[in-house]
Amino acid sequence: MSKGGFSEKKMAILDVKNLIHKYIAYEDSQDESQEIKEEIKAIDDISFHVEKGEFIAILGRNGSGKSSLAKHINGLLMPTEGAVYVKGMDTKDYRNLLNIRQSAGIVFQNPDNQIVGTIVEEDVAFGPENMGVPSEDIWKRITRALEGVGMSAYKEASPNHLSGGQKQRIAIAGIMAMEPECIVLDEPTAMLDPQGRRHVLTLVKELNQEKKITILMVTHHMQEVLLADRIIVMDHGKIVMDGTPKEIFSRVEELKKLGLEVPYATELAYELRKEGVPLSEDITTREELVEELCQFV
Amino acid sequence: MLRDVTIGQYYKTDSVIHRLDPRVKLFGTMIYVITLFMHRSPAMYVMSLIFLIGMIALSKVPFSYIVKGLKPIVVILIFSMAMNLIFISGNVLVAIGPIHITDAGVETAIYLGTRLVMLVLGTSLLTFTTTPNQLTDGLDKSLGFLNKVKVPVHEIAMMMSIALRFIPVLTEELDKIMKAQTARGIDFESGGLLQRIKSMVPIIVPLFLAAVRRANDLAMAMESRCYHGGEGRTKLKPLVYEKRDYAGYIFLFIFLAFMIYLGFFSPWR
Amino acid sequence: MSIRLEHVNYIYKDNSDDVHQALKDVNLEIRPGEFIGIVGHTGSGKSTLIQHLNGLLRPSSGKVLYDEKDIFEEGYPLRQLRGKVGVCFQYPEYQLFEQNILEDVCFGPMNFGKTKEEAMTLAKGALASVGMSEDLFLKSPFELSGGQKRRVAIAGILAMEPEYFVLDEPTAGLDPIGRDQILNLLRKLHEEKNMTIILVSHSMEDVAEYVDRMIVMNHGEVLFDDDKRKVFQHEKELNEIGLSVPFYCSLMKDLNAHGFPVKTDVLTVEEAKEAIMEVIRKKRNNA
Repeated sequence: MSKGGFSEKKMAILDVKNLIHKYIAYEDSQDESQEIKEEIKAIDDISFHVEKGEFIAILGRNGSGKSSLAKHINGLLMPTEGAVYVKGMDTKDYRNLLNIRQSAGIVFQNPDNQIVGTIVEEDVAFGPENMGVPSEDIWKRITRALEGVGMSAYKEASPNHLSGGQKQRIAIAGIMAMEPECIVLDEPTAMLDPQGRRHVLTLVKELNQEKKITILMVTHHMQEVLLADRIIVMDHGKIVMDGTPKEIFSRVEELKKLGLEVPYATELAYELRKEGVPLSEDITTREELVEELCQFV
Repeated sequence: MLRDVTIGQYYKTDSVIHRLDPRVKLFGTMIYVITLFMHRSPAMYVMSLIFLIGMIALSKVPFSYIVKGLKPIVVILIFSMAMNLIFISGNVLVAIGPIHITDAGVETAIYLGTRLVMLVLGTSLLTFTTTPNQLTDGLDKSLGFLNKVKVPVHEIAMMMSIALRFIPVLTEELDKIMKAQTARGIDFESGGLLQRIKSMVPIIVPLFLAAVRRANDLAMAMESRCYHGGEGRTKLKPLVYEKRDYAGYIFLFIFLAFMIYLGFFSPWR
Repeated sequence: MSIRLEHVNYIYKDNSDDVHQALKDVNLEIRPGEFIGIVGHTGSGKSTLIQHLNGLLRPSSGKVLYDEKDIFEEGYPLRQLRGKVGVCFQYPEYQLFEQNILEDVCFGPMNFGKTKEEAMTLAKGALASVGMSEDLFLKSPFELSGGQKRRVAIAGILAMEPEYFVLDEPTAGLDPIGRDQILNLLRKLHEEKNMTIILVSHSMEDVAEYVDRMIVMNHGEVLFDDDKRKVFQHEKELNEIGLSVPFYCSLMKDLNAHGFPVKTDVLTVEEAKEAIMEVIRKKRNNA
């Protein structure tokens, strides 16, 4: 992880510098006995860089500050201290806001609450309309965006008749139609069933690999995290780990202390290592585990 | 049960009415409502009824579907008809104890009832055939002149369209909350009036909170999609008048003129 | 003593008057003391099914019997039944409405005729059993974290002292710790109070770890209804309807296919570890 400034990495699409976000609220700590009504640091001095084309998963318990971080990237929350730069633009400068929101779109958890239009195509058009894109171009964007998420057949459908997973894909199409370089997804699968979850995740991976869109996905599902090439683990508003999935998941004990899980294969490998079976520490997938285990017979 | 609410919902089909410019439909609805309140004679009722039936037929929206939209107003309808029936004085037809039903009362109740039903049917036809977005655009454009006197036309239109979008979402929510509280043994049936009103609290509070939560989420989602009011906004489907729209206007003016004639100058007024 | 569904069909019409059959000839019996998992993808009829158990939905045909009595017979005390069959819907925290959590939990018991004092005692007990500490009792539900709110809502049903406790996706949207808290609570209620638990879930891993009997729904029909181990033997059929078997179960099959001779009757990580260690120990002893 690079500590240096913006100049060092020319391709940085996102640069978070000593970001602190405070708010005043009730907050319950984990042991449920202390309740504080004062300034809370949702984000406590974090810095990191994201380069173009990266797929980053942001991991942490509920209340670890990961959602607040996501909202800063889109300029929905403003830093109390420090700064967030999207493509070099400071989110605190309101003149940048529309540009930032166009470059870094955000998809939220509840698919119902982010669909504005009563017809799929009209909803997808909402972003481009706000940006002032000419009508003919909006139509082209809708076609492309809906094709991209595999929902062309539902162009004229009412969102109310779609499943959760389909609605979430429409929400992603709505962002895609703004042609962003980066998409932030705030627990996009939390309210979906396994099938919807699979569809959304496949789509996100595709956007990253084929369309080269930078992805930041907030989640607490370990299996989803494996899609990413880099994981940032947050706890109590701080970044506590930052590395590749293999690096992160070799630290099973630390993750468990943070109240997080590890992928199933990692968990089993960890348990077997405790029994004295010499398995690698960086197993994350079923295939890796099967391969190593088969060497024992 | 609550899924039956159809009022204000778009009904997807292809018809002349659906294709009309929303401004024409807005204007048409306005004319229809105004003439409805001008009513002075049975002849005018008949004309309005013919107009309404004609429009429904042209819209291809199933009649049964439109009638379903009346359900929520049945109570209001019966109440206001009963009030008229009881309190308007005239020649007594039937007397039950202190209640006197008069000929004038019956007449007013019937007129009022039909007027209310026709009002709801006519206006809901507008929402059945026009998507909220078109409606917003239509209002936005035809009332745009009000911007000059500081009326936030765009914002009002946007709010209306979002309200329509969320009617089904919130009715579903209401359905869920009612089921959940029923499972916790809530009692809607017994007790006096006060008790019954109190029994609504466990429904109303969560519903209200849900609405606020959704509004909050939606505001954030809209903002994140570059929404910043009407300024500099383009349209996916810009409103452009076509031949059929001019024909629509002409037809509406003829209808209006005829109604005025019927109401003020004809022998049946 | 049981809840029994006999040839239950449920048909409804949607807004566009299309007819849907949400349940097709469902027959099953839920006996006291069972821990049952109901799985199936969205639209398979799971939610419709559980709403029949406490009479929230009335079957289009067929019977629902509670202790051998038809609950839709004229004069059956349906409201009282809801106290015995507690149903906790998805995202139950959204139905909280009182000013403090103690009052909220009292709502259920008081609806079933308990006095304020009795309800208070029950509520305190229920809140304690879901792990809420006493100093939170007078807090507004809206000051709590998501996981806490969820547990308060669950306490709201528990305080009714149901004999059968039905939960629809009680862990949806929670993080791993919040999820484990709730699943362990259910296990405790089952083991210590011998409460009958019916858990609707999307997670095959959770079902594999906690329940005994599994009901698999597909297109409104009961596809499997058996001991969970027997059900998970039908990997192919489950995959066909878009469901998976628990990770460790399919991993064991993979290992076998690659020449690692391990038993496949495995559901949890502990069992997987034991099964693999057995093979490795045997190898070591032979060597």
